[in-house]
Amino acid sequence: MNWTPILISAAIFAGMGIVLGALLAVASRVFAVKVDERVPKIQEALPGANCGGCGYSGCAALAEAIVKGEADPGACTVGGAPVAKAIGTIMGVEAKAVRRMRAQVMCCGTTGVANKKYDYVGAADCIAAERLGGGGKSCPNGCLGLGSCAAVCPVGAISIVDGVAFVDKNTCVGCGKCESVCPKHVIRMIPYDTVYYVGCTSVETGKATRESCGVGCISCRICEKNCPTGAITVNNFVASIRYDQCTACGLCEQKCPRHIIKKSC
Amino acid sequence: MNFGEILLMMFTAILVENFIFSRFYGICPFLGVSSQPDTALGMGLAVTFVITISSAVTWAVYEFLLLPFELDFLKTIAFILVIAALVQFIEMFLRKFIPSLYASLGIYLPLITTNCAVLSSALLNVQNGYGFIESVCFGLAASLGFTLAIVVFAGVRARLRDAKPPKSFEGFPLTLIAAGLLAMAFAGFSGVRF
Repeated sequence: MNWTPILISAAIFAGMGIVLGALLAVASRVFAVKVDERVPKIQEALPGANCGGCGYSGCAALAEAIVKGEADPGACTVGGAPVAKAIGTIMGVEAKAVRRMRAQVMCCGTTGVANKKYDYVGAADCIAAERLGGGGKSCPNGCLGLGSCAAVCPVGAISIVDGVAFVDKNTCVGCGKCESVCPKHVIRMIPYDTVYYVGCTSVETGKATRESCGVGCISCRICEKNCPTGAITVNNFVASIRYDQCTACGLCEQKCPRHIIKKSC
Repeated sequence: MNFGEILLMMFTAILVENFIFSRFYGICPFLGVSSQPDTALGMGLAVTFVITISSAVTWAVYEFLLLPFELDFLKTIAFILVIAALVQFIEMFLRKFIPSLYASLGIYLPLITTNCAVLSSALLNVQNGYGFIESVCFGLAASLGFTLAIVVFAGVRARLRDAKPPKSFEGFPLTLIAAGLLAMAFAGFSGVRF
């Protein structure tokens, strides 16, 4: 067997490898860009999901912004307190965690429950539908269910169930993109650990709400009267819960005649 | 090759023998990074940049290293090695001296290290026996063809998003059908005669 070609090719490739490796090693020294040593440390402390919940394009961009002082050390909405503390230690400051939030669709007007104004057959986009006389649903505040929120969700937490958007609590990172894109403002950001929420945002009078939807808030004030801590008030024809006063006793859910005060799932 | 022949070769590489639509190279980035026209353009420019430079470098490696030692049967491995190192080198160079270009090419630059479009342009240069200038021109033209294809397709996909196809066609199936139709349209260029 002739060993020469094998040896020659091995030698050439080893040589190429060494030369290229050396070239890259030298290049990494010569072309080294000075990076603040805190940036990679902070990036390591961040969750690394690149969700964009903080308003920056990703975890690397947030790390840079924190070092530059543009962003708060606790700006990561996903990491919460532990991450904020770790970054605070790196930056040498005391950091307060941003309260973790999540998106909640405040509408229960599923297909068949909410009455229709007309049959919308245009582009599958809520903003387009909203421009056409406020969309197909009779309720001026109801979820149109065409999924503009699902389209912008960076983590795929939103799905359309029975004509109403549904946010999966476990997947949501609280970036707030769906809240800002929703033309009906039916998606609200609420504290992550919220138990009870009001599944309606209709600010119409009780009679009008009754006509347009089978489940809307008719501002009967039963929840307000029954709440032991006074966390619920009915303003502008719709109930709202002050989440920091709610003790999650569940009385409002039991008493609500329209069953729109719901337990988060 | 004289100037006219080079122009003809470039025209052929861009339209008639388009990397994506007639040779089916680089389908992965073509389908993966074509959802937005501007990111598609970024990917196309990064590919153009790397293919053009790698055409020149792989030509030199082949001509001065592999041919003298009769190792041209190892050209695939050699080219992979050289291209990977080259992309790394370019990335470091850009980061230091042209940060704006580095930021705009961003993640695409390392992604195309192992792109088959890059490797195939180097291999086609060897196969067709191109000299240095022809190699660089072919690499530039072929990658411009890639950029054209991916940007055009990103435009098509932007329109597809508003469409309401039957459930079974939603998403990827419709994308593949659209790609097939576009490839058939490009097949029309094969009738061009000079």
